[in-house]
Amino acid sequence: MTNSPLTPGIVPGRLPADAYCRNFADHEPPLDPHEARVAADRCYFCHDAPCITACPTSIDIPLFIRQIGTGTPEAAARTIWSQNILGGICARVCPTETLCEEACVREAAEGKPVEIGRLQRFATDVAMARGLHPFTRAAATGKRVAVVGAGPAGLACAHRLAMHGHDVVIFERRPKAGGLNEYGIASYKATGGFAQKEVDWLLQIGGIEIRTGMELGRDISLDQLTSDFDAVFLGIGLAGVNALRAAGEDLAGVRNAVDFIAELRQASDVATLPIGRDVVVIGGGMTAVDAAVQSKLLGAENVTIVYRRGRDKMSASGHEQDHAAHAGVRIIHNAAPVRILGNGSAEAVEFAYTSDGPNGLTLSAETFTLKADQVFKAIGQTLTGAPGTLPVAGGKLAGPAGKVWVGGDCAAGGEDLTVTAVAEGRDAAEAMHIQLMAL
Amino acid sequence: MADLSSNFIGIKSPNPFWLASAPPTDKQYNVERAYQAGWGGVVWKTLGAEGPPIVNVNGPRYGAIWGADRRLLGLNNIELITDRPLEVNLREIKEVKRKWRDRALVISLMVPCDEESWKAILSQIEDTEADGVELNFGCPHGMAERGMGSAVGQVPEYIEMVTRWVKQYSRMPCIVKLTPNVTSILPPALAANRGGADAVSLINTVKSITNVDLDHFSPFPMIDGKGSHGGYCGPAVKPIALNMVAEIARHQETRGLPISGIGGVTTWRDAAEFMALGAGNVQVCTAAMTYGFKIVQEMISGLSQYLDEKEMAMTDLVGRAVPNFVEWQHLNLNYVTKAQIDQDLCISCGRCYAACEDTSHQAIAMSADRVFTVKDDECVACNLCVDVCPVDNCITMRELPKGSVDPRTGKVVGDFADWTTHPNNPMAQAAE
Repeated sequence: MTNSPLTPGIVPGRLPADAYCRNFADHEPPLDPHEARVAADRCYFCHDAPCITACPTSIDIPLFIRQIGTGTPEAAARTIWSQNILGGICARVCPTETLCEEACVREAAEGKPVEIGRLQRFATDVAMARGLHPFTRAAATGKRVAVVGAGPAGLACAHRLAMHGHDVVIFERRPKAGGLNEYGIASYKATGGFAQKEVDWLLQIGGIEIRTGMELGRDISLDQLTSDFDAVFLGIGLAGVNALRAAGEDLAGVRNAVDFIAELRQASDVATLPIGRDVVVIGGGMTAVDAAVQSKLLGAENVTIVYRRGRDKMSASGHEQDHAAHAGVRIIHNAAPVRILGNGSAEAVEFAYTSDGPNGLTLSAETFTLKADQVFKAIGQTLTGAPGTLPVAGGKLAGPAGKVWVGGDCAAGGEDLTVTAVAEGRDAAEAMHIQLMAL
Repeated sequence: MADLSSNFIGIKSPNPFWLASAPPTDKQYNVERAYQAGWGGVVWKTLGAEGPPIVNVNGPRYGAIWGADRRLLGLNNIELITDRPLEVNLREIKEVKRKWRDRALVISLMVPCDEESWKAILSQIEDTEADGVELNFGCPHGMAERGMGSAVGQVPEYIEMVTRWVKQYSRMPCIVKLTPNVTSILPPALAANRGGADAVSLINTVKSITNVDLDHFSPFPMIDGKGSHGGYCGPAVKPIALNMVAEIARHQETRGLPISGIGGVTTWRDAAEFMALGAGNVQVCTAAMTYGFKIVQEMISGLSQYLDEKEMAMTDLVGRAVPNFVEWQHLNLNYVTKAQIDQDLCISCGRCYAACEDTSHQAIAMSADRVFTVKDDECVACNLCVDVCPVDNCITMRELPKGSVDPRTGKVVGDFADWTTHPNNPMAQAAE
């Protein structure tokens, strides 16, 4: 290793080998049985618990925590999975601080919610380690359903359909199933190949075939799917990335944060990944935080997130922002990129200060410049590749149409979260089941 | 600082906190550590008759139940009386007493139920200079099957008989330790009183099985696949002990008989409660076994602060709650209260609602945004909501003033009236 955090340009191997191991280890290690018991003891077993209401998949949280507390984490896992078949990854990536744990009455009582996410991980880890898959298929119905997209929505939909006895084929454009669980989450949140393990575990239900490398509009068409299958579910996510529309966007060193995150997730050795010395991430969501933190963990000297509005408007939660700050990432609010400077490759970004008024965002004449040999764009994803025949609302697929159902990030309604996608996939499967059985 | 020095039946100690006869007081080493930590006195672990020492099991002796965070709530044991030679115990007792003159040292005794055995042991301990004796008529396990411990304590005639022997053959103050494994604590207490006991101490442990090993199908503690009942103690038995202490304290024949309160004393507050119900001092075991001897320091500071704040002497506290311990029929039926929920303190867990709606009187309303309010026209003031609420003082009971109308019954809250004069009581005596 000859490079260091001070090496100019975009280079790999800025850190000693053991630093990479440390940096990309499980960022929130699992609870051990003692810790789980102590954490479980804190649950009050609320009536009509607010945490359940706050969970997009409505997991019966007090029940599963009580099951952990009484020494039956396997039963707890079943409680979780019966509502959320991807409860393992959700335990790792859910912004619990804005969902169940925000609603926890102990957050109101003493500012320290029950550690619901970590308890959920404990239960699902224990049960998965024991090889339990506590669901079986109903009698075969003879119905066939196509699911497009093997992300959280598609997988949840497929599993529920398979449970009801339908046969499912999932079409996935990427080489692996998992969607954003596999390609779109910071490495330290899903270590040890967990996303793939969970997919493999989920497929134990049987009756689900996954065909990878199959893209809607390229390899398959909606018309063909609707004629070949009894129903179709689209969980195609948001494949497009918003452009900055700032001068210099095409300079070398400027790229989409989602591509960087995906590349990092798929890398067998993160030390080989090149990273800039001065990294600027533009955006204010989870993707921006994941890209920025991981840039720092790869050895970038300076990493700055720049967001055009105030802190309270950032879609990354307070917890995520704190996590970034703790990792050494600087967050600048109320500044928008004017242009990227550089000769062939990026060298700096010029920003204008903004003010967020009743008439929207206005840029001030005053600007500042940040050194940047690498710039990540994380200003949101958009729906692309959706069949033009489907109704669209607010840039997303509006809802079911005939025998075509939609869910996940590509569909209108709900936040763009893994857990929301799971809920939508599951609920679509239930609605499809009713429709299929009425045929 | 309030004066905590104690004089219990002539036995002086710097504070009213004694260690009960139990494993913590089995030998000089432990007892001296206890004194160093600040304990006012100890009752040395029960001595038996001279002869081959007692044997104990070589597997687990204790079982337990736990609350949240594995907090020990109840402990059960199958340990017997001291398993060390009598002469070793006597030598150590003498040495300790000479070294710690200001501390109380009482010897617990359990020998077969015959006059000669008691006469013999009393003469053997005479030379130790110990402050008194406590007669162990309480242990419910192991020794009881041999006709000692609770086997004696369950027969008032035996209690009286042995107590008389002890008073006859010894000049030492005599405390009779009672077993709770009886249908009423009064006959044993009355018997001790008749026998001339200087005091009673209670409660000894409660016959119990704490849990069952669900893999081996044996009660726990499990000895080679089998279990026997043990004696239960710790915070879980405190309510049983308080009632028994209070029953003795208020009974016309035992009123004034000094009581050493035992049973789940864990904090100064527990001790103060025992004293308020008539105990002149308290004895502690499980709390020390759970947390070590240092806990006495909190007991001392807490009781002292409490007495200072109340401007009371310790003697003012002893028995102060006894006159207010009455039979149900004397409770004021015209005392009407309603639960009220402090919305600022409420954390909206809804446990009060679940408890009331599912298991009580459907007297709590829940709004769509999780605001919980009491329906005065349904509330019978049972207090269950207060008990299940996780926040201290969030739900309290508000007394309806005299002359106001109880929305539940439509009746005006009147003057004191209890069951003895209630029209529904066939035995009611008309007010004259």
